[in-house]
Amino acid sequence: MDLYLPIANLSVNALVIIGLGGVVGLLSGMFGVGGGFLTTPLLIFYGIPPTVAAASAASQVTGASVSGVVTHMERGTVDFRMGGVLIAGGVLGAGIGVLLFRLLQALGQIDTVIGILYVLMLGGIGTLMAKESIQALIALKSGKRIQARKRRHHPLVAALPMRWRFYRSGLYISPLAPLLLGMATGILTMLLGVGGGFILVPAMLYLLGMTTQSVVGTSLFQILFVTMATTMMHAMTTKAVDLVLAILLLIGSVTGAQVGTRISMTLRPEYLRILLAAIVLLVAARMALGLGWRPDEIYTIEVQ
Amino acid sequence: MRRAFIPCLLAPALILFLGAADEPQLVPDVSQRTVEIQYSFTGADLLLFGAIVYPDGRRPTKPADIVVILKGPDQSILMREKEKVAGIWVNADRARFRSAPSFYAMASSRPIEKIVDDKTAAIYELGVDKLQLSPSSLNDSAELERFQAGLVDLRRRAGLYVEKPGTVEITDGVLYRARLPLSARVTIGDYTAETFLVQDGRVVAAAIRDITVRKSGLEQFMAMAAEHWSFPYGLTAIVIAVGMGWAAGAIARRI
Repeated sequence: MDLYLPIANLSVNALVIIGLGGVVGLLSGMFGVGGGFLTTPLLIFYGIPPTVAAASAASQVTGASVSGVVTHMERGTVDFRMGGVLIAGGVLGAGIGVLLFRLLQALGQIDTVIGILYVLMLGGIGTLMAKESIQALIALKSGKRIQARKRRHHPLVAALPMRWRFYRSGLYISPLAPLLLGMATGILTMLLGVGGGFILVPAMLYLLGMTTQSVVGTSLFQILFVTMATTMMHAMTTKAVDLVLAILLLIGSVTGAQVGTRISMTLRPEYLRILLAAIVLLVAARMALGLGWRPDEIYTIEVQ
Repeated sequence: MRRAFIPCLLAPALILFLGAADEPQLVPDVSQRTVEIQYSFTGADLLLFGAIVYPDGRRPTKPADIVVILKGPDQSILMREKEKVAGIWVNADRARFRSAPSFYAMASSRPIEKIVDDKTAAIYELGVDKLQLSPSSLNDSAELERFQAGLVDLRRRAGLYVEKPGTVEITDGVLYRARLPLSARVTIGDYTAETFLVQDGRVVAAAIRDITVRKSGLEQFMAMAAEHWSFPYGLTAIVIAVGMGWAAGAIARRI
């Protein structure tokens, strides 16, 4: 079933896009991540222009995180104060992202930067996750319990001035730390079309030292609003949001997310994490090879 | 008013055949004057056909050749070339062209090199390697040639530059027809269908028809909304995303 995308200016097989959204949604439901890190590269691989891919993937992440946020709000595991600071940082970051996007586009290096950012981000986080989940698995097999990491924030965070109380996160730290963190994810959201949950969750755990219960809910809350802001910024500046593409992705991903959530309840979290680490490393390796291999297209055309 | 679209290059040819009564004339037509891009658009096939009218109905002993060209609106483009720097491929060299056709399809009754010489082919832009791209950056000619070859290769594989030599059928020396494919990735705008009658390596008649390619219905509305009403458009995208995500969650809870 071929469908013409009015903004991307090409026709795609609707079922392929829905299927792609479905796979990403399944993963996002299973692992609690937005899945934007898979959507953008897959769309580009399918032939969608990179800008349109990043702009439309952001709205898919919005859709995939809504029901998670609702669930976490009902359970009371969203720290709204922390979320608010993160969102403020995220919107600022998205604004900086717009400027960076334009600058890199003018320099002609946007594709390379997107590629390198993906490799660094996914490679780093994937390695961390793999290491940790392998340790957890070994501990599980041998029956030994690893000592729970003592919850504390990074010394750099403690050095920042002005402190606020974040009751649900169990923290008394400077709001500048989450603001900066939010900014970094906002920039990534704008450039890569990813939600940033990948960076946010480990950073909230290990840098800020938040309580585990409120980490996922709060990061989803931030992702929801920052992807909304990003979609709007793309609509206003790059004008690259393709509604037809976004709707097709959403049909697949919101369904897939529900299925994924059910699957995740039947699997051990240790196995889930190692699976996610493997997928992340695989995508990172593919992108790294893409940077070093001779590309299919030596030339690119930009219409002015 | 339509005459204004005719490239200056064709003007001499037109004056030539309008002025001299003993020259043959072309009566061309196309199967579609407007191509509408809708949700189901996956490309189109255009039929370019017509008749050759010889003065007093005298047909020449040596059969003439026909070349038809379907051309999309010109674009000003910036091309970048990737190069391996420190192990990774990055954009390095660049070139700017002021008039690269967004679409170019050509069909001829015989291979071009057998119909006209290089110079004539260049004058009338017969063939993708004869396009006048008007480079506006300071590259040397070897570089420009490399970039032009890159452009042609890229657009050829995207189905935007098409050459179909030997596919124009001429019936009884007076009726001709050719079929040209319009790729699904075409740019919207004003297209021209040019027909050339070639005799003994000389273009003896030329005629032109305009074709409009445009988005229609919902596609046209969405493209317009994204461009001019960006705020409501972005808001719609957000509302749809939140609504669908919320609805899926609500439904899943009931099952």
